[in-house]
Amino acid sequence: MIGFEPWLVPLAPLAAALLLGLVSDAALGAWIAIAATGAGFAASLLLPSTMGAGTYILVDALSAHVAMLTAFVGFTTALYSRRYIARAIASGALDAGRAREYHVLFMTFLGFMLLALLSNNLGVTWVALEAATISAVLVVGLPRTANAIEASWKYFLLCGVGIGLALFGTVVLYLAALPALGPGYDAMSWTALAHAAPQCRGTLLNLAFVFLLLGYGTKAGLAPLHGWMPDAHAEGPTPVSAVLSGSVLNVALVVILRVRGIMDSNADALAPGPPIMAMGLLSVLLAAFSLWGRRDAKRFFAFSSIEQSGVAAFAFGLGGAAVFAGLLHMTVHTLAKSAVFQCIGLAAQRRGSQLFAHLGGLLVSDRALALTLAAGILAIAGLPPFGLFASEMLIMGETIRRIPLLAAALGLGLVVGGWALAARLITLCLGAPPATPPIGQPTIWVSLAPAWIHLALIVMLGLAMPQAVQAWLATAAQASQ
Amino acid sequence: MERMAIGTLSYDAAHLLGALVLALSFGLLSQRRLGPVINAYAMQAIVLAAAAAWQAHVQHAPELYLTAAVALGAKGVAMPLALHAIVRRLRIGKSVETALGIFPTMALGVALVALAVLVVLPTTTQSQTLARDDLSLALSVVLLGLLMMISRRTAITQVIGFLSLENGLILAAVSVNGMPLVVELSVAVLVLVGFVVFGVFFFRIRAEFDSLETDHLDRIGSGHR
Repeated sequence: MIGFEPWLVPLAPLAAALLLGLVSDAALGAWIAIAATGAGFAASLLLPSTMGAGTYILVDALSAHVAMLTAFVGFTTALYSRRYIARAIASGALDAGRAREYHVLFMTFLGFMLLALLSNNLGVTWVALEAATISAVLVVGLPRTANAIEASWKYFLLCGVGIGLALFGTVVLYLAALPALGPGYDAMSWTALAHAAPQCRGTLLNLAFVFLLLGYGTKAGLAPLHGWMPDAHAEGPTPVSAVLSGSVLNVALVVILRVRGIMDSNADALAPGPPIMAMGLLSVLLAAFSLWGRRDAKRFFAFSSIEQSGVAAFAFGLGGAAVFAGLLHMTVHTLAKSAVFQCIGLAAQRRGSQLFAHLGGLLVSDRALALTLAAGILAIAGLPPFGLFASEMLIMGETIRRIPLLAAALGLGLVVGGWALAARLITLCLGAPPATPPIGQPTIWVSLAPAWIHLALIVMLGLAMPQAVQAWLATAAQASQ
Repeated sequence: MERMAIGTLSYDAAHLLGALVLALSFGLLSQRRLGPVINAYAMQAIVLAAAAAWQAHVQHAPELYLTAAVALGAKGVAMPLALHAIVRRLRIGKSVETALGIFPTMALGVALVALAVLVVLPTTTQSQTLARDDLSLALSVVLLGLLMMISRRTAITQVIGFLSLENGLILAAVSVNGMPLVVELSVAVLVLVGFVVFGVFFFRIRAEFDSLETDHLDRIGSGHR
């Protein structure tokens, strides 16, 4: 059995959500959110020392790693949100009531995501992810513009269906485990399932896998179920885009990775790798080509998230040594993408628009912001010295070694995507600025600090990954298999 | 748990109720007017409640009575009443607008049921008879719900398709022997989803557009791509 400590990680934001419902002062609310996410992050750092599995909670290297990452991004996003929301209120984009709603929903979302990660019960994972989806749907619709409502409607329909299919898969998985584990909680627990997988009924596992892959694949933004991603990212409040891009995709990918582990240990079940790789590769190619011709910056980076999620899924499908690379990729991409979204949010507030046509020439008007953004985009494009270069090299290397033909397709996707990112980087930094002067004061370091922390971590992971971090990631990769 | 085999009362009744839920899915697809669609949904939820209650009796699982009560109260009574009220208050057109005609939809529906049976039966040859039959019925209901979401234009009929899809999920969950926890939690969450749909979306969409046509929404979004 494990102690109460892991519970603190999801409970800190959830308790804050309850408290924030009572606080009408926007500034105070932002500080409460920062304190709660900070406490949640601090508690998540204790996870590696409290590893174990109970009836409801599972802390292994994989869940601990992704929970720390999610809690960290939640914390920096809360820091970033404080000034972002204050500016949104000042500019009239949000009123005080909506700001309160925003904080409540953001904390609920984060809390349930962490619960989904740390849960040892498929049912609880499912319910937590469903609750997180509902709060995300509401927060995306928060700006109350026609486009935001369309986006949240689409998000709700697609993810509602996806999560429905995932529940069906969960029921079938339970049915598959019944002969091995008998009725009760065991047949729904990740740890028991992993042990009993060889005795599960293979044919039923296949059926469950299809539904779980489609269901959680929707949440991971994998093609062809990615339709909600661009709209939800483009229309929701920017801090939410930052968290959506990182954490939701990761939680869904972790679930897929665990299901893969169960399938792998059963001799009768089909090989889970190829379908996951196919969805991943399709996402990479589709998103890479879709990047060209986007006019809306947040929509553009949402497509880039689909691409990177596809790369991680491809690596997880490939299995073996690629799982380590996939985890590294997921980690680094989460950090890089949230930094980029934070910068785009600041730029959009300065220019009063998120279209590329209005975001040009940032280097002249906001030098620090433009340089931070440029670093973030270079990181996502997979250029050294950032960590994505390392993870993409590892994934490419492993692909060339095992399935050379697919390496060509993956390489094409990465190059086309990276090229689109580079082209947009030039527009953003050096393009012609709009005729109208920027709104408000130039961006100060407080707003940029969270992005700098993220970028520093990525550089560290790319140039000189400490031995301990490498060993830790390898343990996490091992935990899924 | 009593042993269930073809010919026993417990099996026949469970099978009959499951089949009725599926038949009502076709009922949903066949209606041309909004009022009867909502009524068909209410009927489906009531039959689902009966199926859950029967499973509670057969499996000696009293917690399933709770599932049955929630299905009956929330999905069989409260949601249909709310849907009727929305239709009245928002003065939504009474006819169902289809993206695909009624007959092709029904034909596709039959094909989907055949698919569900073909997919489930070979995978569960050693399972208890009941679970495998109910699983194919439930999968059919899920697929028909999806079909309804795709083939209907207005937001309200899409939501009913989604709710009917959920009925299929609950049917699957209750008919699996001794599945813990999920039933109560999922029902609670599904009801929550229902309230989100009603409370937030419909009134907001109404406020913005005076119309629940999702086509209308798509047109607005396309300017930004």
